[in-house]
Amino acid sequence: MPKVIFVASDQTRREIEISGGWSLMEGAVQNDVTEIVAECGGGCACATCHVFIEPAWLDKLPEQTPSEKDLLDCTAVPRQSNSRLSCQIKLTPEMDGMVVHLPQRQT
Amino acid sequence: MKRFIIVGAGQAGLQVAESLRRGGFDGEVLLVGEEASLPYQRPPLSKKYLLGEVEAPRLLFRPADHYAKLGIACHLGVPVAKLDKENRIVYLADGAELCYDRLALTTGARVRELTVPGAGDPRVCYLRGLNDAENLRVRLSQARRVAIIGGGFIGLEVAAIARGLGCEVAVLETQSRVLQRVVAPVVSDFFARIHRERGVNIQLAQQVSAIDATPDALTIITADGSSVVADLIVAGIGVLPNIELARASGLLCDGGIVVDEFARTSDPSIVSAGDCTMHRNLLYPRPHRIESVQNAVDQAKVAAGTLLDHPVAYAQVPWFWSDQYDFKLQMTGISTGYDELVLRGEPEKGAFSVFYYADERLIAADSINRPAEHMVSRKLIATPGGCYPKAQLADTAIDLKTIF
Repeated sequence: MPKVIFVASDQTRREIEISGGWSLMEGAVQNDVTEIVAECGGGCACATCHVFIEPAWLDKLPEQTPSEKDLLDCTAVPRQSNSRLSCQIKLTPEMDGMVVHLPQRQT
Repeated sequence: MKRFIIVGAGQAGLQVAESLRRGGFDGEVLLVGEEASLPYQRPPLSKKYLLGEVEAPRLLFRPADHYAKLGIACHLGVPVAKLDKENRIVYLADGAELCYDRLALTTGARVRELTVPGAGDPRVCYLRGLNDAENLRVRLSQARRVAIIGGGFIGLEVAAIARGLGCEVAVLETQSRVLQRVVAPVVSDFFARIHRERGVNIQLAQQVSAIDATPDALTIITADGSSVVADLIVAGIGVLPNIELARASGLLCDGGIVVDEFARTSDPSIVSAGDCTMHRNLLYPRPHRIESVQNAVDQAKVAAGTLLDHPVAYAQVPWFWSDQYDFKLQMTGISTGYDELVLRGEPEKGAFSVFYYADERLIAADSINRPAEHMVSRKLIATPGGCYPKAQLADTAIDLKTIF
């Protein structure tokens, strides 16, 4: 199972194993990463599962859909170039060790 | 040590429990639920779960060890038999008696059942809980012809899934358009069209009068004498709030468990939240009952605040969503009583928004495949004053995000 390192805004680090095929959001929520809210349950509909991906990992991620690009303008903490919605990232073996930064708030 | 009991282990019940802990409550928290499963997400049941794309464990909000870590004791698979609010005791059906200092009722809603002759056949299905979804998933995989009674969200979502599985699908709706209770005609017409284009036989203004069940088939007989033959019937004709326990205990109920803007019932030790409540939301002049994830979560937070003696009045703009084929409908606000519509974009192109005005005030918006417009609408509607130039909202050359 790929391991992902979540870094909170206070720099606390948590290493979490996430089943392949699950989304980054699902793995986070199921492991009490409460900084991920995911109001819509993973439908790319609400922009409350916003994360910042450590730049070195960005090219391992799936392309953004038009909906995700559009919604990233609606996040509570303004988007940066490494912003993604974690519900849109399905875990693959290549993401093992990925570092994900969490925003201070989602709503 | 103080003990707070939560009756109803759905989305609202879980939220009350977690908000109590996050709010610093250090007494006992007991979560009591009729279903055997740990709290799980219901929205995917009529979507990905029916398609077989997600399995039940993936629907759980939290893993099993989460509850122990947070100190939430779960009593699942046992209905509550009786509530004695004078002595503050919850009686479970298995004989257990649980005393409480304070109580939250998050009992949700159940499906309204068909009452026409023949409706008791096991091939007439409903969809609310995990067991219903599991039953329906198996039956759908064996059915060739599916008839759906009710052109609301559940009916249309199941229709989309059944078509995706290759079934012949008919939808029978009593009103003159689908989704009549919740959206404007332009949105109803859009959804009727996309279903028809994908081969769904949508029949409007059709009253079901009986179901003739034989071993080979189910025949729906309608009031105008026509018939629809199917292997499987799914009825999605609304829900009823679970208020019986509350009412029998003497709590005030009126189309739901009556609560104020602090989620307080007529008993000072009892709060209630979610689909089961007839509640006050300070943004609206009259109480209402709504069925949504948003209300379950936000009202549960209010209820937990009240239990912790940190009351915060409920004042949130409601929002809802529905997935059908590749279309995502997102609604916000309450459109009841609108007197003017503003259309943004072209329905023919499959992505548009509709804004509802009342007395020149923006009160609601529906967005189809326009998630960012939905998010902006939520902010626009929540902002007091709510007057936005209609020409701007209608002009797709202007990015809505720049208005706010």
